[in-house]
Amino acid sequence: MNALKLAAADGLTIARRDALKIRRAPDLLGGVITLPIVFVLLFAYVFGSMISLPGMSYGEYLLPGIFVMTIVMSSQITGYTLTQDLQKGIFDRFRTLPMSPSAVLIGQTVSDVIMNLASVVTMALVGLLVGWRIHSSPGEAALGFLMLLLFSYAFSWVTATVALALRTPETFNNVATIVSFPIVFLSNAFVDSARLPGPLKPIAEWNPVSTLIQGARELFGNTSAAMPVPDVWPLRHPVAASLLWSVVLLAVFVPLATRLYQRAISR
Amino acid sequence: MTDAIMATGLVKSYGDVTALDGLDLAVPQGTVFGLLGPNGAGKTTAVRILTTLLRPDAGQATVAGLDVVRDAARLRARIGASGQYAAVDDHLTGAENLEMVGRLYHLGTRRSRERARELLTRFDLTDAADRPVRGWSGGMRRRLDLAGALVAQPPVLFLDEPTTGLDPRARAGLWDVIAELVAEGTTVLLTTQYMEEADRLADRIAVVDQGRVIARGTADELKDQIGGDRVELSVTGRADLEAATRALAPLAVEDIQVDAAALRMTVPVTGGAVALTEALGRLAAERIAVRDAGLRRPTLDDVFLTLTGQGTGKIEETVR
Repeated sequence: MNALKLAAADGLTIARRDALKIRRAPDLLGGVITLPIVFVLLFAYVFGSMISLPGMSYGEYLLPGIFVMTIVMSSQITGYTLTQDLQKGIFDRFRTLPMSPSAVLIGQTVSDVIMNLASVVTMALVGLLVGWRIHSSPGEAALGFLMLLLFSYAFSWVTATVALALRTPETFNNVATIVSFPIVFLSNAFVDSARLPGPLKPIAEWNPVSTLIQGARELFGNTSAAMPVPDVWPLRHPVAASLLWSVVLLAVFVPLATRLYQRAISR
Repeated sequence: MTDAIMATGLVKSYGDVTALDGLDLAVPQGTVFGLLGPNGAGKTTAVRILTTLLRPDAGQATVAGLDVVRDAARLRARIGASGQYAAVDDHLTGAENLEMVGRLYHLGTRRSRERARELLTRFDLTDAADRPVRGWSGGMRRRLDLAGALVAQPPVLFLDEPTTGLDPRARAGLWDVIAELVAEGTTVLLTTQYMEEADRLADRIAVVDQGRVIARGTADELKDQIGGDRVELSVTGRADLEAATRALAPLAVEDIQVDAAALRMTVPVTGGAVALTEALGRLAAERIAVRDAGLRRPTLDDVFLTLTGQGTGKIEETVR
């Protein structure tokens, strides 16, 4: 078997194992489903009652932001699970097997993107209940969901890399929380980035999270002519930029995570 | 007979710590080789190099005719390893665990499933086969782990302290399985801290200390090497232990080993039964009550303690 076929076959075996694990430990799936519901309801009603936007309802503006926030948070499950597994026995078995060196990471990220699919679907359904609507064509909407899932897959590799560098679940959790909140909040997720003060404005405008959110807004038709898009390239071409970000993240973090994984298991 | 495992001059250090300092091993095919040594002697490092998980800094090794560095990928398909901690997935059932391992050895789905059932039967785990491993006992998990190492029917098997932490019955059960495997022609390299285990299973033994082999041979050869009979005594109190050590010092041909916690002492003597009578006489004269006394040949424990020099250190520590 060549290396690529081996990685695919072994990755699938590990993904099956992770899927079985989710079935046995439903609390994991429960978190991925219930947390997004809480987010949608909380933000739609708390912020939605306070903030008004020109030309569109805040709920419509908000939901793509919630999608992306949840994806960023859920992708951390990849890293967290890896740090936990690293401390458990099964990795001792993996070490000794003639399996592909990237199989564990491929399996884990694939099973996590499936969980992310479940949470995006949940959020979309709850969103429809609280007044979010898709105003674009079905093709565009489908592309929107695909773009979100591709980014979530790429971001899983980022969290895997961080996890393999930090190794313990406690440290990973701390770092992930400290980093992910600014990433999500210094964006256009909840407020119009054009109205942010001073140095925060360019940060939010160039933040890949903003790019992805803007891309989702365009593909779901959640935009308003009364709210001009800032004149920065990624926000002017958010779909292309989001896809580009995903590809770049994968190109950098797949090899990096694989190397760290190999080092982690050969101690 | 060819050697299934060959190692020459293996060196491995971690920073300033030298884990292996020129280790040599040769294990003939179809035999059990015991690697004995105190904690930190380098046993696990040796196993990790031989199972391709670590690269040696110097020296070379072949397993089943394959170089552990150059042919690492091919070698992995031909060895099985079972460690100190059960390498099983808690969330999966026993059958799912073994099937997954079979798939990762690339046996194919059907063969993996068959092999899992065969091994579950062999290890007497069929009743629990479809329950998640999380609820299994320690002994069952270790049996499953060993089963995992056997999925691909490897000609060479590495067992790193396979029975550490098991109760005596589970240990005896695992010993039987290992003996069966060897009868079928598998070569086994075993590390252990239990001398009884090495005595019972290993055809040949190497005693490792500070990263080097300090003695090798069959269990009997090693026992002969340190020689002599031993009077073993246990007394009823700590004070008696010290008094007895003083009283018997003239009889001892080497250092007396004292286990203060168990109130037991081992006195190396010459002259067998005469020495035992003499020892009991001396203790009676000192009015020291003896709970139990006996004469015996050296055990591997004695070999181990004598060779690794741990015995003497312990006496000074406990008697003072």
